[in-house]
Amino acid sequence: MQFFGGSEISPSPPVPTAAGNNAHMLYVFNRNGVCLLYREWNRPLKTLSPQQDHKLMFGLLFSLKSLTAKMDPTSADKGNLGVPQLPGQGCSFHSFRTNTYKLSFMESPSGIKIILVTHPRTGDLRESLKYIYNLYVEYVVKNPLYSPGNPIRSDLFNSTLDQYVRGLG
Amino acid sequence: MAAIYSLYIINKSGGLIFYKDYGSAGRMDTNDSLRLASLWHSMHAISQQLSPVPSCSGIELLQADTFDLHCFQSLTGTKFFVVCEPGTLHMEALLKHFYELYTDFVLKNPFYEMEMPIRCELFDISLALAVQKDRVALLGR
Repeated sequence: MQFFGGSEISPSPPVPTAAGNNAHMLYVFNRNGVCLLYREWNRPLKTLSPQQDHKLMFGLLFSLKSLTAKMDPTSADKGNLGVPQLPGQGCSFHSFRTNTYKLSFMESPSGIKIILVTHPRTGDLRESLKYIYNLYVEYVVKNPLYSPGNPIRSDLFNSTLDQYVRGLG
Repeated sequence: MAAIYSLYIINKSGGLIFYKDYGSAGRMDTNDSLRLASLWHSMHAISQQLSPVPSCSGIELLQADTFDLHCFQSLTGTKFFVVCEPGTLHMEALLKHFYELYTDFVLKNPFYEMEMPIRCELFDISLALAVQKDRVALLGR
């Protein structure tokens, strides 16, 4: 059984595949902002280098989280804007929509962030992100050769992910 | 309980020109609302950069755990955004109505200077009426 991924040393560059008629790309970040995985299925517009793009995405999520934590209209004491918060603390967000895409976001208690970018008219993807997190636990965390904090290089994980994302409404 | 928690209007350079609270828990002080407004302005711009397809015009709806944020940007770059309860409907239409009120009561006011904070009593009154009407309509639905 091929479980431990391919034999290549460098992380494979995102190959545009035919998968995902609805999904554009997927990011996985750890709590330090390292991009563990980037998959891309349909991205006609590229304005930045991959590193810059990952940094900008992490920065956007980080700042949006501090914005929602401060803006939360249901709690009276919220602290100052931008105070560091643990995952699960404060009011977070689960998606945003623009006229061209929808971004769904999930953060695990250990600070793993999963981001899925899809067509703007996609429905609620919270359960799908949980499922992707389960795939991550099964195929990456339980892999004894994987050391945390490094980019994920598992063909099996990638192909399972492709297959799942392709089936998303 | 309020369906709409607050309304912000920011000018094209990200400065807050109008902020009104319609019933959030805990008052936000002036500095915080200014900071949040300019933060939103930048996030709106960054979201356009990250789009996978061309001609993206920024975030229209942000769904947080305890609220929804709907944003409308006019052609001149003025942004209107409301913070409301999760799942509140017809916010786009309400934002367009707010924009209409803005053009009528603010832009047509001869004493108003462009891009400066809005201090117009009639605008405040008509906004409050619109929010009130929306709440009544919400109860009827």
